[in-house]
Amino acid sequence: MSYRRIKVEDLSKAVNGDVSPVRKEELKPLPPPYDRPEATPELAGLDEGARERYAADLDGTCVLNIPKPKDEAEERALVERFLSGLEKLFTKENNWTFLQPLLLSMEHCAGCHTCSESCHIYEMSGRNPIYRPAYRSEVLRRLYKRYVRKGGSLLSDFRSGRIRLNWRLVARLAELSYRCNLCRRCAQTCPIGVDNGLIAHEIRKLFSQEMGIAPKELHELGSVQQLRVGSSTGMSALVVKDNIEFIDEEMSDLTGLPVETPWDKAGADILLIHNAGEILAWPENPGAFAVIFEAAGLSWTLSSDIAAYDSINYGLFYDDVQFARTAIHHASAAKKLGVKKIVLGECGHAHKALTVIADRVLTGDLAIPRESALTTLEDIVLNGKIRVDPSRNDFPVTLHDPCNIVRNMGIVMPQRRVLEKIAPRFREMTPHGVDNYCCGGGSGFAIMSGHNFADWRNQVSGRKKLEQILLAFAGELDPETPKYVCAPCSNCKGQLRDLIAYHGLWEKHRILYGGLVELIVNCMTDVKPGFIDWEFH
Amino acid sequence: MTALHVVSLACLGVFLLAVIYRFVRIARLPVHVRWELYPVAHEKGRARYGGSYFEELNWWTKPRETSVLGELRVMVPEILLLAGVRHRNRSHWYRSFPFHFGLYLVVATTLLLTVNGVIEAAGGAGFGRLLARLTAGLGYAGFGLGLLGAAALFLRRLGNPEYREFTKPTDFANLLFFTAAFAVALAAQVLFDPDFSRMRGFFAGFFGAPAPGLAPLQGLQVVLLSLLAAYVPLTHMSHFFTKYFLYHDIRWNDTPLAPGSRLEKRMQEVLELKPTWSAPHIRGDGRKTWVDVATSAPGDDAGEKGGAS
Ligand code: SF4
Ligand code: SF4
Repeated sequence: MSYRRIKVEDLSKAVNGDVSPVRKEELKPLPPPYDRPEATPELAGLDEGARERYAADLDGTCVLNIPKPKDEAEERALVERFLSGLEKLFTKENNWTFLQPLLLSMEHCAGCHTCSESCHIYEMSGRNPIYRPAYRSEVLRRLYKRYVRKGGSLLSDFRSGRIRLNWRLVARLAELSYRCNLCRRCAQTCPIGVDNGLIAHEIRKLFSQEMGIAPKELHELGSVQQLRVGSSTGMSALVVKDNIEFIDEEMSDLTGLPVETPWDKAGADILLIHNAGEILAWPENPGAFAVIFEAAGLSWTLSSDIAAYDSINYGLFYDDVQFARTAIHHASAAKKLGVKKIVLGECGHAHKALTVIADRVLTGDLAIPRESALTTLEDIVLNGKIRVDPSRNDFPVTLHDPCNIVRNMGIVMPQRRVLEKIAPRFREMTPHGVDNYCCGGGSGFAIMSGHNFADWRNQVSGRKKLEQILLAFAGELDPETPKYVCAPCSNCKGQLRDLIAYHGLWEKHRILYGGLVELIVNCMTDVKPGFIDWEFH
Repeated sequence: MTALHVVSLACLGVFLLAVIYRFVRIARLPVHVRWELYPVAHEKGRARYGGSYFEELNWWTKPRETSVLGELRVMVPEILLLAGVRHRNRSHWYRSFPFHFGLYLVVATTLLLTVNGVIEAAGGAGFGRLLARLTAGLGYAGFGLGLLGAAALFLRRLGNPEYREFTKPTDFANLLFFTAAFAVALAAQVLFDPDFSRMRGFFAGFFGAPAPGLAPLQGLQVVLLSLLAAYVPLTHMSHFFTKYFLYHDIRWNDTPLAPGSRLEKRMQEVLELKPTWSAPHIRGDGRKTWVDVATSAPGDDAGEKGGAS
């Protein structure tokens, strides 16, 4: 039995249970040996307590914890605040940042459904109708035509389709904007150029910037903490320096090379900014960067200024103001040190945030050039600035393309040229490059695990990546052969860590994940063999 | 010039005004942040696989190489053949392509009839046999394909729940309008003007030549097609030209900010706009600018600056 059909206007209707709950039996089957239903865990339901407290009746999970209105006055207030935000979203004073793309996407969908086939969430959910890329867009489009363009109810119904605005619709639309990875694969396939990923992003902005509604992992614990303490991990400058010193010692022991990370070195060529999550979760990644940069003789430094030792910019996913604040901190730190360029470590959203989206915001002396570490690394590896022995990487390797680096920035080949040189058993996923699929953790999902959302990520949004990984290693799945998924992005690694653990890929098939720099150090001839620790994962 | 000519010209006027109005409205929207999507067709040597200039070491020190040919290579098959839909949504393409291609042929026929009209009005003999036949052939093909496509799209929207759920009453009405206009045009030409000679004469009438009368069904044909032309740019079907912005201004706009450029000036202007977002971490009051807000810490009161150095 497939999902019940859900019309656009159904999003405001009272229902028994959820509007369109994800059902395990509908999920797209995985390749062997995960093709039997019992090979994957049961989907955890949303607990009753959450259902009672929160407006959480969309699809069986919940990320926003919007309190259920207690009475009519609260219901009305929710709707009024939403309407106020909706109007602002379409004014240049409030939304010059995306007004033109948003308006064009609002006015031009032809309803051809070409985008549906491109969305991994829609496909792998077994085609849950509310996950169609155009579904949430069409809800916003009808609201825009009716309430911003003031279409009048009857005429608007005829011209733009029916919609009824009530608190249920508001709460569900907010949740629905967090069932999209903002990967923009659908936008790539739209013949007209409509961008459903952008529309999900704009809905998130409306809720955050007007109503103060955003996932706490992205806002309070994310961008607010980063701007207050210095990092969304909660690390102060003192703590991060301590941690890096510890990592340097570890790296020196492990590689046999002296490693000392420079801090706040004025006049260095490069300000390297890592996603600070790496320092805590995958210390070998910033460690490997230090090993490579030192061995290649680069002039580089980290900065201990507030927010400048953490390239994270979660504002990219939900809030233009938080975005701009963070980007300005990053550029200000570089200006203060007088570096020639900022190099972004292995973090996809940080790449796009500071290089592309902030490009026009960073004017005047804040316009310091930004470069991807993948490009820097390509120069080091391919131009012989370090010596490598590819035979040390004699195991199957596949590459995950982070959407923000590849589809959204066009950095496709540097990482491949490095892998072709250092990983003799490298093979691509299908499809790959700019046609890649999101890991399922994009747009902040990788750090969001409230209620049963981790289940949803591992079973629905991450399912396509799981399928791709299994197919990339088909025929070599036996646990005798260790295999490596190279994911040069911190958020993607967070998602892969969860996906691999949830589905037992390490225990059953010896599939490990990691960044690009770890593979490079693993085959550096000046380094002691065995840098990648297969057992510690 | 007859009343029919006047109706057609009035519709043409509405068409032009609507296109210009929309064009200017979009072009005057404030500059937005970059939001490109790869492949960017003008990236020389890299568009093939979706690469960008960010792949270059110290990219800002290198000349940017773009290729108009690269854009044409994508745009021409996209516009003429709906290449994207063909590749990704074949079953829809079987309906959408004849509809769109039919429209192109009708436009081509109109242009040929106009050229012929100018020649005839200037005292020339008009098109020779071959060109006249070509004009009629294109016209029949256009009306036929357009009719087929519009009817097939209408039926799909009616019969397929996936499509029906997103179809507004106005979409059905639009498709019926197209279906009716093409059906009338086809019937009128076949029954009353199989070689398009009366229609050629009608077009010469726009330019002062004495116009022979059209059959009543042809009159209806002219009215319906003229109204259609006036109506299209007033609707979401204006994508036939707004696509320019969607591709050039957004998807393929990878122009980096150059210090001292016009773009930088435009950016500085928008940074002075004053937001009114109400969330506690912004508290936009319509007095603080975007610069003020972006350089304050979350929750700061007006003017109090955060930690950016
Ligand atoms: S967004 Fe684009 S691809 Fe999707 S239905 Fe609309 S026009 Fe078609
Ligand atoms: S942006 Fe990605 S996740 Fe979101 S609707 Fe489009 S394809 Fe799906």
